[in-house]
Amino acid sequence: MSGDAPGVPDGDTATIDRSSTELDKVVIRFAGDSGDGMQLAGARFTDASAAFGNDLATLPSFPAEIRAPAGTLPGVSSFQVQIADFDILTAGDQPDCLVAMNPAALKANLKDLRPSGTLIVNRDAFDERNLAKAGYEVNPLDDGSLTGFKVIEVPMDSLTKEAVKDTGVTGRDVLRSKNFFAIGLLAWLFNRPQEPTVEWVEQKFARKADVAAANIAAFKAGYTFGFATEATKTTYTVKPAKLESGRYTNITGNTALAWGLVAAAQCAKLPLFYGTYPITPASDVLHELSKHKNFGVRTFQAEDEIAGIGTAIGAAFGGALAVTGSSGPGIALKSEAISLALMTELPLIVINVQRGGPSTGLPTKPEQSDLLFSLFGRHGESPVPVVAISSPSDAFANAIEAARIALKYMTPVILLSDNLIANGSEPWRLPDVDQLPDISVTRITEPNGPDGAFLPYMRDVHTFARPWAVPGTPGLEHRIGGIEKDAITGNVSYDPANHQLMTDTRAWKVKNIANDIPPVEIYGDDDADILVLGWGSTKGAIRAAINRLRASGKKVASAHLTHLSPFPANLGEVLDRFDKVLIPELNTGQLRMLIRADYLVPAEGLNKVAGVPFTIGEIADKIMEMMES
Amino acid sequence: MTTPTYTRADFQTDQEVRWCPGCGDYTILAAVQGYMAQMGVPKEKIVFISGIGCSSRFPYYMNTYGMHSIHGRAPAIASGLAASRPDLDVWVITGDGDALSIGGNHLIHALRRNLNIKILLFNNQIYGLTKGQYSPTSEVGKSTKSTPYGSIDYPFNPVSLAIGAEAGFVARTIDMDRPHTQAMLEAAHQHQGAALVEIYQNCNVFNDKAFLQLTGKEERSHNRIDLRAGEPIVFGPNGDHAVVWREGKATVVDTASVPTSDIMVHDPSRLDPSTAFALSRLSHGPYGPTPVGIFRDVSRPTYEDAMSHQLVEAQEKRGPGDLDKLISSLGTWTVD
Repeated sequence: MSGDAPGVPDGDTATIDRSSTELDKVVIRFAGDSGDGMQLAGARFTDASAAFGNDLATLPSFPAEIRAPAGTLPGVSSFQVQIADFDILTAGDQPDCLVAMNPAALKANLKDLRPSGTLIVNRDAFDERNLAKAGYEVNPLDDGSLTGFKVIEVPMDSLTKEAVKDTGVTGRDVLRSKNFFAIGLLAWLFNRPQEPTVEWVEQKFARKADVAAANIAAFKAGYTFGFATEATKTTYTVKPAKLESGRYTNITGNTALAWGLVAAAQCAKLPLFYGTYPITPASDVLHELSKHKNFGVRTFQAEDEIAGIGTAIGAAFGGALAVTGSSGPGIALKSEAISLALMTELPLIVINVQRGGPSTGLPTKPEQSDLLFSLFGRHGESPVPVVAISSPSDAFANAIEAARIALKYMTPVILLSDNLIANGSEPWRLPDVDQLPDISVTRITEPNGPDGAFLPYMRDVHTFARPWAVPGTPGLEHRIGGIEKDAITGNVSYDPANHQLMTDTRAWKVKNIANDIPPVEIYGDDDADILVLGWGSTKGAIRAAINRLRASGKKVASAHLTHLSPFPANLGEVLDRFDKVLIPELNTGQLRMLIRADYLVPAEGLNKVAGVPFTIGEIADKIMEMMES
Repeated sequence: MTTPTYTRADFQTDQEVRWCPGCGDYTILAAVQGYMAQMGVPKEKIVFISGIGCSSRFPYYMNTYGMHSIHGRAPAIASGLAASRPDLDVWVITGDGDALSIGGNHLIHALRRNLNIKILLFNNQIYGLTKGQYSPTSEVGKSTKSTPYGSIDYPFNPVSLAIGAEAGFVARTIDMDRPHTQAMLEAAHQHQGAALVEIYQNCNVFNDKAFLQLTGKEERSHNRIDLRAGEPIVFGPNGDHAVVWREGKATVVDTASVPTSDIMVHDPSRLDPSTAFALSRLSHGPYGPTPVGIFRDVSRPTYEDAMSHQLVEAQEKRGPGDLDKLISSLGTWTVD
């Protein structure tokens, strides 16, 4: 079945018994006030589905404010999850089922619900005050405006109150459990197992017995409500996905990135140092790493962004696998220090979890607008390798890849993620940790020059990396710094020919990495007319669009770049094989500019900076348009 | 490990020293090299990190490990190095512009965190490398290239600032007094934790004789207040002047006018920073009676010790890191 199969509840689905309809995939969105616990509800439903064996992808969306005014449109927080019995690539274009906890959540999300989709609303929240806050003059539950949907009205507040009355919670805590009522109802509607949620609550609230009891009571009440009232004529089943065999976990990009760094340090046989300053959406990497001190991980929350990278440069000089992480505004502050790492040729990973910009921009929304900034956002001629993660589960391997390049070539490496990858989740097939690559490098311990001299810029003939001599090594005392260095001795040099040589050398060192990275691969039809070229988090939507068009008999191909600097050595040859090149990006055409400039290919763009990812439909439509032109 | 015997020459490099002839930096370099020779630390364990400015060329002239970094950031870079390599002896070389203007944030946070780094702040009260603009320690009214009508910026008192930033060790010395400089270096080195030594350093090109009140033969006998632990604070020819606590502050009086018991006895080890701060307020610059010596020398646990302790504790409690256990920790399922 294609990735474009019908959802809830109609379409060509097979009925497995009288009460349950089998679906190949379904998209569910939870929407409520930012204080309603929608992110938690979504995550619980997701984990239950993961435990059940579905493939899945999630898309959280929340306001930048911690608590925007309750009941208002800006305060709406949502969590979308697609679950499927096959390998899906995105969190879905349109929800098949929307849970709206209040009028504002309904108003903000109804436009996305697919025609005849299922709408579950918390009837109790549709009072005069909440309706007014959301800007409804008439109650939409009563004015016939929802007739195109299958509406399930549930008095969640009162049923939750009733359910938790004997658990000991009081006051505001009573209604805090209503998100569990909602996922209980969905567990019934979509035949999810109850155990994972109950077990999670018991563990999470082990020290708050009343809260645990209330959440479980609300969850079960939701489930029972569905069952007892027969809230719909049928429930739905999504069977476990037939994924590649192996062990899986459901993972967000930020967690996978943090684990990848821990793994990279083990693969490099070096201690890990993470110097950073809190910033959305990168802070979770710090939170995760700070838990794993038993791996010898040192995390340093610095006084500012510049100090974050400064401490990392110090740790790199001292021989650690050094990493700094931030998002766009913080990376801007680190620019001068990245140049220092480049000039001193120290290994360093600079993580940029991109968000909407410029300036403070859209702190909680995804965008891919820091590509050119990564390549060129420094003074002087300052090339650095750039690696981009394309999905949550892809973060682990590319953290190791960034470390490999940094250490082997003695250079700062920029590792790009974005808000979609960082907070979205998907199943990740766990690697065999014994099979991870060995990326360790030999640090120099003996003088490399005549008469026992140490020449800190005497390069490796293959990689052009300079030797890494760490403090504490007798006989290799040396000084490095930001002033131009003599090509051999590393002493300060203002010699014109030397600066030309060093500038050329630094450029060549990065260019040469093209011979040490995997070639870009073509996905789809080799003999297609159109190639869709992407990078970063657009991979899922591009692949799903390619799958959809190929399933309908069209010939089309895609290629996805992990290495943005340098490009893979075969990229020019791949581009030459297609008549037309389409580059979808969540920016105004940054990769397109590079491709046009480097390869003289008249690539077209599909560009969007709306704070939301591409839908599969948007990309498929653009491909069709180009096919027909 | 036995420490090799060094002479000053062991710490000199083959690089030509390029400060202006007569610069105070030369005497500081000689003092530091001389002290390093007797410090008792193998030179491969010593690292000098500097920022940008005349003084920040310093690491190029020290035959140790070193990094001449970017403007103002040396304390941050040194913090990362010290935090990840507690076995090293990390020194920061900085100036009044580097440490107190562009790098002010890093300086105060390095001091409060109490990493075991020794910060030598060469204060010449002027921007030298950019050829003569006023600095954050220049006096109000100073006429410079960027203040032809006189500076309207109120200056920092670096010692007061460091004490306010929770520094455990704060001292002041003078470039021309090599034995005193070396004594301050030694005390800073012996202190476990962050140490700031302000070194009054003459810039004979852009701000000559800025410290004359403390260096001129006649002037210094009247103005230099030597702080010595355990001794009453008296100064001037024949100890004519004394420092007493009066009206909630340290005050200079004629020694003869007060009973001996009223004279403050210097105690840099007092946990409470109030008296150290009060002494730092005796002058807001080298313009009259000005204390030199150790203002404060109080130990508390260092950042890197606490960090290392957490790592050891985590390993004891949870065992060494097991990667497979980590990636399985959120729950897994198996597809056959």
